[in-house]
Amino acid sequence: MSALIVDIILWGSVAVLGFIAWQRGRTVLVTSVREGTMDFINIVPRIALGVIGAGYIAAVIPSEVITGWLGPDSGWLGVLMAAIAGAATPGGPVIGFSLGAVAMKAGAGPPQVVAYVVAWALFAFQRLILWEIPFMPARFVWFRAAVSLPFPFVAAAIAMAIGRP
Amino acid sequence: MAELPLKDPATADADAADTEPRPGRIRKPIGWSMIVIAVLVAVSVVLVWRRDGVDGVTEILTTDLELFGGILPRVLAGCLLGAFIAEILPHEKVSRALGPSSGLKGLLIGTAFGAILPGGPFTVYPVAAALLTVGADFGAIIAMVVSWTLIGYGRAIVWELPIMGTDFTLWRIVISLPLPVLAGALGRFVYVRIYRHGAPP
Repeated sequence: MSALIVDIILWGSVAVLGFIAWQRGRTVLVTSVREGTMDFINIVPRIALGVIGAGYIAAVIPSEVITGWLGPDSGWLGVLMAAIAGAATPGGPVIGFSLGAVAMKAGAGPPQVVAYVVAWALFAFQRLILWEIPFMPARFVWFRAAVSLPFPFVAAAIAMAIGRP
Repeated sequence: MAELPLKDPATADADAADTEPRPGRIRKPIGWSMIVIAVLVAVSVVLVWRRDGVDGVTEILTTDLELFGGILPRVLAGCLLGAFIAEILPHEKVSRALGPSSGLKGLLIGTAFGAILPGGPFTVYPVAAALLTVGADFGAIIAMVVSWTLIGYGRAIVWELPIMGTDFTLWRIVISLPLPVLAGALGRFVYVRIYRHGAPP
């Protein structure tokens, strides 16, 4: 159901922007459609490698290892382990959040779980491989990832400071 | 600089972004990142094969091919979206709003844009790449991408809320609010120091 809504919004936006392009003139529409299609053709092999590859990489990283890292130890070492675990978590959002929830039930501290979720959002290797690297200039992706390094720790620090969640 | 219909047939590489009127999109043949990924994948395939045999390998392949087929139409939509944005948006306006000298305002616009952008990775990354080619700088686009991953509502509502609970999700988002702007600012700070001497190699 939510997939359907996503598709409607997505293709709706394409239609609206396409209409605006068409109003600017036929050449604008034709040029952008050709550009977009070329981008698509160029990206398909990368996405193929990403989708199929990420499945295999995920298969060799067992989830138990991740939850082990997220164990009920706390403090900054726990935050560091949580951040590494977030980046190494295989699979999509279901797995990422489920492991976070499992860790929370197993007694991990909220700041550690916040660090885990933030690190997962920033660095999850599957999203990097499957989406970010194929679409963005490689230089941007590595730069973005490097600049984001402090932020799981910043998030954990804020969580510790305000005593939430 | 505004006359862009000039199509460069020789797809200028992305590195000429600062000088080309219509800078190249990411149409490079396989780069180093893809080679590294391919090697990683090959190693993983061998590991899966040794552990689960040929059946394990084909099982993952079937699932992933299905996923791949399901994703493709959305990827096409994302690419078209990016192309339309690159073509429609006036480049001077983009550089003013999201360019290197757009200041805090540019970072805030990037953050807001990332937070409200509908869809998934198949919209964010093509649109982000398109904005980069029409004059946005790394800082603003970092703010946008980080904002999408951290405070974008789509994933929070669909996945995080039901799995992690309302309390955790809301506080996690509140904590994350300043991060996109901080990441973008740090990005700009580092960028001008690394690439002090004009365009990056």
